[in-house]
Amino acid sequence: MQMKSKRRLTPKTSERIAKIFIWSIALLVIGILVFIVAFILYKGIPVINWRFLTEIPRKSGRAGGISSTIVGTLSVTALAVIIAMPFGIGTAFYLAEYTKGGVITRIIRFCAESLAGIPSIVYGLFGFIFFVNYLGWSILSGGLTLAFMILPTIIRTSEEAIRSVPNIYREVSYSLGGTKWQTIRKAVFPSAIRGITNGIILSVGRSVAETAAVILTTGGDLSMPDSIFSQGRTMAVHFYLLAVDGISIENAYGTAAVLIILIFLINVVANMLVERLIAKGR
Amino acid sequence: MGDKIVIENLDFCFGEKQVIFGLNLKIPANKILSVFGPAGSGITTLLRALNRLSDLTPEARITGGRILLDGQDIHAPDVNITELRRRVGVVFDVPTPLPISIYDNIAYGPRLARKRNKKAALDETVELALTQAALWDEVKTRLHTPAMSLSGGQQQRLCMARVLALKPEVILLDRPCSGLDPISTSKIEESLTVLKKQFTIILSPHNIQQAGRISDRVAFMLMGQLIEEGPCTAIFENPEDQRTNDYITGRFG
Repeated sequence: MQMKSKRRLTPKTSERIAKIFIWSIALLVIGILVFIVAFILYKGIPVINWRFLTEIPRKSGRAGGISSTIVGTLSVTALAVIIAMPFGIGTAFYLAEYTKGGVITRIIRFCAESLAGIPSIVYGLFGFIFFVNYLGWSILSGGLTLAFMILPTIIRTSEEAIRSVPNIYREVSYSLGGTKWQTIRKAVFPSAIRGITNGIILSVGRSVAETAAVILTTGGDLSMPDSIFSQGRTMAVHFYLLAVDGISIENAYGTAAVLIILIFLINVVANMLVERLIAKGR
Repeated sequence: MGDKIVIENLDFCFGEKQVIFGLNLKIPANKILSVFGPAGSGITTLLRALNRLSDLTPEARITGGRILLDGQDIHAPDVNITELRRRVGVVFDVPTPLPISIYDNIAYGPRLARKRNKKAALDETVELALTQAALWDEVKTRLHTPAMSLSGGQQQRLCMARVLALKPEVILLDRPCSGLDPISTSKIEESLTVLKKQFTIILSPHNIQQAGRISDRVAFMLMGQLIEEGPCTAIFENPEDQRTNDYITGRFG
């Protein structure tokens, strides 16, 4: 017995090994992430100045700034989220609160999950055929296409957020004379809003970063869009083209850096808004 | 005093499994009735049936008999369920504040009813409810702080105040003191003995001592059946049924 236990790891040693192992994996992942972001910022930030942000690109992006692509990105993304949000959250509430898990529910959930797995270029092709044919290359076509693309994400994250609201909140609301709609609106929704927002932020990130689907539906025009029916170019498309066509690697990094900062800002602002909303509800 | 609630031959099932068998019970107004018995006797089910919270469980249904509130069958098709739940309030076995402020928790019910939307009247309702639940003095300076920041005992009194703000007729309490310290328990018991002048109170006590302390009448349930029911002292001092005697003397349960 003595011999056997000596050859094995003591619980204390295995505990220490597990701890080191898990720590180093986490550090590695975070390290890689930080490296990528830092590298892009390091390369990109020297390019960024006021003129880079406020002038439209000239000479295919070799000179000038990126103002029209910032506007393009923001408008396509905003449109996509505004269109997808009510449908996504509505579907999520239907799935989580109104169905009892029948055939229709399973079909909807299956569709949403399948849609989540489709590559974005397929959405781009769909948008090209259905929207560009009628609306032309435009911010609107791009927004509609991205709305379809992010819908499954919003549905899934919202549904999960709604399901994770403790059932006792619903019972309390009903027991105080609440109707189903009052219960959803006043007891379930405020508790789920944080999770729902996370899903929307995720979708914003996907829309902002999307390239393939946007090239096919919004086009690559560099002039400043003046309405949602104009063509436009998003930042992601811009630096993709700058890099692939070898137009200007510096400006590609610059654009990428602005994109990263923008995503970061959107995250911070969205979280602040939610915290304020929740605080107000208290 | 007349009977507030009359239960006639109630059979209650979860799917195929019957949990209440032919229960007959008359519940007088303005009294405290304690329904006690070992866990799994169907007491919670009975309480939940009284304000139709049982409707929320998909396979739960009444398979026989009826429940009359002021002579009206509460499962009749024309009954307004939200109205019924306002008349028959419930306090759960664990404190269940909603993650909003103390004030908003109490105002939740009145706001749903869309009555008393005037700020002053709502303030008054909240103060009265908190006073009745013996919580006002402890929270009056921080009504707009999160209800979750209260202690367990305070949270449970908050839940009572929340029910009282509905101005109900009947209050159901399902083991309301099960997780509470003796001081919080005695505060809740004190307010119950005052509140019975205005309300009909049906309580699932968390032990027999509690039933003995505050009840006017007690009912003993065992395996979904009502064994006996009567005035508190009579049942505890001189139970007719051997099983009741065994239970209250601690021979089982």
